[in-house]
Amino acid sequence: MSNIEKGHEHQMHSDADSREFLSFVLGDEHYALDIMSVKEIRGYEKVTKIANAPAFIKGVINLRGDIVPIVDLRLKFNVGEATYNEFTIVIMLNVAQRIVGIVVDAVSDVIRLADDEIRPPPEFGVAFDSRYLLGLVAIEDHMVILVNIERLISSDELGLIEQQTETVQD
Amino acid sequence: MSIDMQQFHGVFFDESQEHLDNMEHELMELDLANPDAEQLNSIFRAAHSIKGGSGIFGFDALTGLTHIMENLLDKARQGTTTLNEDMVNILLQTVDLLKNTLDSYRNGQEVDQSQIDKGIAVLESVISNDQRRVAEPVIEEDAGFGFFDGPTAVSDDIEGFGFFTDAPLKEDQSNKAYGLYEKRADKSAHVSQVSVEINPTNQGGERPKTTQESGSIRVDTGKIDSLVNLVGELVITQSMLAMIGSKVTGTIEDKLQTALAELQRNTREIQESVMSMRMLPMSVTFNRFPRLVRDLSTKLDKKVDLKIEGGNTEIDKGMIEKLVDPLTHLVRNSIDHGIETAQERLAQGKPEMGTVILRAEQRGGSIEISITDDGAGLNRHRILAKATENGLSVDPNIPDGKVWELIFEAGFSTAAAVTDVSGRGVGMDVVRRNLEAIGGRIEIESSAGKGSAFHIHLPLTLAIVDGMCVSVGDQIFVVPLVNIVESIQPSVDQIKSISNDVLLWIRDQYWPLVRLHKDMQIDNAITEPNKGIVVLIESSKKRFALLVDSLMGQQQVVIKSLEKHYKRVLGVAGATIMGDGGVAMILDVESLAGQVKIASTESEKT
Repeated sequence: MSNIEKGHEHQMHSDADSREFLSFVLGDEHYALDIMSVKEIRGYEKVTKIANAPAFIKGVINLRGDIVPIVDLRLKFNVGEATYNEFTIVIMLNVAQRIVGIVVDAVSDVIRLADDEIRPPPEFGVAFDSRYLLGLVAIEDHMVILVNIERLISSDELGLIEQQTETVQD
Repeated sequence: MSIDMQQFHGVFFDESQEHLDNMEHELMELDLANPDAEQLNSIFRAAHSIKGGSGIFGFDALTGLTHIMENLLDKARQGTTTLNEDMVNILLQTVDLLKNTLDSYRNGQEVDQSQIDKGIAVLESVISNDQRRVAEPVIEEDAGFGFFDGPTAVSDDIEGFGFFTDAPLKEDQSNKAYGLYEKRADKSAHVSQVSVEINPTNQGGERPKTTQESGSIRVDTGKIDSLVNLVGELVITQSMLAMIGSKVTGTIEDKLQTALAELQRNTREIQESVMSMRMLPMSVTFNRFPRLVRDLSTKLDKKVDLKIEGGNTEIDKGMIEKLVDPLTHLVRNSIDHGIETAQERLAQGKPEMGTVILRAEQRGGSIEISITDDGAGLNRHRILAKATENGLSVDPNIPDGKVWELIFEAGFSTAAAVTDVSGRGVGMDVVRRNLEAIGGRIEIESSAGKGSAFHIHLPLTLAIVDGMCVSVGDQIFVVPLVNIVESIQPSVDQIKSISNDVLLWIRDQYWPLVRLHKDMQIDNAITEPNKGIVVLIESSKKRFALLVDSLMGQQQVVIKSLEKHYKRVLGVAGATIMGDGGVAMILDVESLAGQVKIASTESEKT
């Protein structure tokens, strides 16, 4: 994988204003998210279905005693093929004081990026709304889209977090 | 430096709160004719501890007030002063003032110094009234400590306050001398008729003097909670091991089984003792009621005898706090609406003094708390009239039990007069909602002229639930055992249908059918009631039959929050982890009952 070499190259000029990202594949596109929000990467396991949840919320699993929801981003954004086998990857994220697992097609690499390498995100043409994007970066011959994962996970669109108005009535 | 002190403030506030609660409790219990020296000592020590602590942290208002209070208590404990009813009243009022002041400090609010000064003045006048002949009171000493913001005002003699004219000189006018408490002091005439008695079963023979200070430590509840969680994990790991262990064969099989059995027993014991750390006696909540009843009955001019039973019944700490409001409401209701005035009671041939019994007892895996009064009982006609007025369509012939349930509707109050005690119509619905939030339910018994009883059923703990595991499709659900009446496989002729709704005719009752696979959107589950199993369920609102595929067995499960990483799910109270590490949902019977459209009144017609 040429990415890996490239990754090492990036690491060479590591300095204060650079960050590490975990890149992953969804359909034909390459994405990356801030590695600090990644808790762990694990294989897909049987989930317990949640009633009245959208199809992309697969259900919940037991992550060492925590009941954690699993979101299939492939279903959410209509990319790739939503198959589940021993090679299906779940990235466990630790964002907004919550743990959430996301299912992606593949995890590819850890890349270190300096702030000046990141270009502004495109307005269209990717599965994600531009609100959830941090920027674009060119690696080798393809573009990697940087995702603002915290904003995506806590968005109304995913509906993973109870909205304020709903929690108040309790 | 100040940050370092901050971390001790919390401890001081907690401790002082406890001391004040104890002080109030002891003052209420004090037998004035024959005061117990140890009780007086304990009251004195409580005041002294607060004074010491507040002095260190610079909470001057508390220091000033407790100092003068301590002076009076010291005299009482040495026998130079004999406490009388008025003095106890003033001490109780001082305890209230201290509580308010403590809250102000805790919340970082401004302390009302004028109130403190008044409180000090009243106490001083009590002391000087009593001690005038003996010696000059301790006032000089006070000024030396510099505890007071306005030492001149304090060390000034009593006349300086202008509350009194010549009163301090005469003992017999002591009521007037208290000035600002004049009105209440007058009322103390009634107070003397109100006996508030703690039933001996609660306190037993043991005075709290020895149990209070012996070998307990203060632990952050957060630490206990995380320990409870960890033990929950341990229970799950243990059952996983047991499952794996059962598959092992060969030479090590016996040894492994012995070790596993040992592990299971130890795990259960750890679980029990950790759970017991969260348990507190109900008396923690009950002890506030003698005071409440005393104040309330004085205010309403009724004669009420409060009996407390089963105060040593233990209950989860998390629930104790949430029980305070509903219980307070129910006790207030009993006194305000239930117990009649003394004249009315005599006219009906009842004893002049009304009785309210507050009782807690453990029944198997649940706790029952009841509030019983021998008052007028609920008024069927008034409730029905009010229901009609509120636009509820009710059949005037419905059974009493159904009528009583109406008072749990929002905006329902049948009190003839709205008082500042109760009758504002926000109440019983909130009571029920609060109780349901901690997994409880409430029932009413009432008979006109004889009184009413409110029974609250609560689970022992919020962390663990006894459940029946049921399977639907390829998923497992847990139904709380307290809600289950029975489980049966219905025959075809028991299944009736009204338009689109299916009812089951079981034991001379109609049970509306709830299909769990529909609610939980599960495919490949059994859809014919006669092929699966129905679990008959009783919730606080309705009874219904829940269709599942099969029963898996009864089990204690550790409740895990779904909301921590996800959000609330309709019909689900929480989740738990099964022996195989998988997740099962714990059903919320109340919200499932909410989806039953058929009125429950129909299901009770026989």
